[in-house]
Amino acid sequence: MSDIRRAHKVLVTRILEGDGTASRAQRRGAFDNAGLAEPMQTLISKVARHACTVTDEDITAARASGLSEDQIFEMVVSAAVGQATRQYNTALAALDAATEKE
Amino acid sequence: MRLAILDSGHGFTTKALFAFIGAVSRQPVLDIIKLGKYRADFYGDPMQRVTQEAMRGPSAWSVGDRELMAALVAKTNSCEWCVKAHSAVAERAYGDKAKVSAVLFDLETAAIEEPLRATLRMLCKLSTEHSVDTDDMRAALAAGASRQQIEDALAVCFAFSTVNRLADAFGFFLPGPKAFEAGAKYLLARGYR
Repeated sequence: MSDIRRAHKVLVTRILEGDGTASRAQRRGAFDNAGLAEPMQTLISKVARHACTVTDEDITAARASGLSEDQIFEMVVSAAVGQATRQYNTALAALDAATEKE
Repeated sequence: MRLAILDSGHGFTTKALFAFIGAVSRQPVLDIIKLGKYRADFYGDPMQRVTQEAMRGPSAWSVGDRELMAALVAKTNSCEWCVKAHSAVAERAYGDKAKVSAVLFDLETAAIEEPLRATLRMLCKLSTEHSVDTDDMRAALAAGASRQQIEDALAVCFAFSTVNRLADAFGFFLPGPKAFEAGAKYLLARGYR
């Protein structure tokens, strides 16, 4: 495995499987952008698809739902890494197919 | 920033480090540093290793090329903070402001080499549509980019697809050009360590 792929794997493993204040299920849901309760699903979808549309109100609503700032921090990080990972993996698969690498 | 912990939730040693950075650079500590140093074992440290490898690890792309990729991915993601930060580094790395401005203004007419243009085009599509296919990869390969160069460019894109989202979601404070200049100087001298 190349250095960059190893470093990427370490990052993903840390945020999803290491200790955190958000549960592993919450971090996984944010990473996958799926299956979260509102208002987090709205915030996480924005982070994944159009992060520039996130507003103060989105964060306020997340806080008002009972989540701590640390939980919101972990879930937003998971969402960003998750979307970037999906794009990275999709593109690497397309490159493999284009170069006919097994 | 939208989360108070990212502004002021750091430990004593980190706060002392921020005071030192502020005194030496005579600029406010950039929010990207505050984010990276908050509970660094969760995100900052492992992400730093990814970014250092992508931006400064061995590659046929120059440092300027990779910083330009970062700036253009940021532009595609509408992340003003990261466009400013990385266009400043690319300009300094190339020693050519006009080249960076030209690419950010119009990739298709800018005077750059075709392998770089085709690779940047593919990264823009990936960032806009969240996907690319084999035809996009064949186009970059046909323009002269090697398989390894495309892989290296995708690693840059991964790093900034992540960072752009965090800068926007956490609401990074946008400082003046002098702060980004100081940041660019540091990133060229020291990398992302």
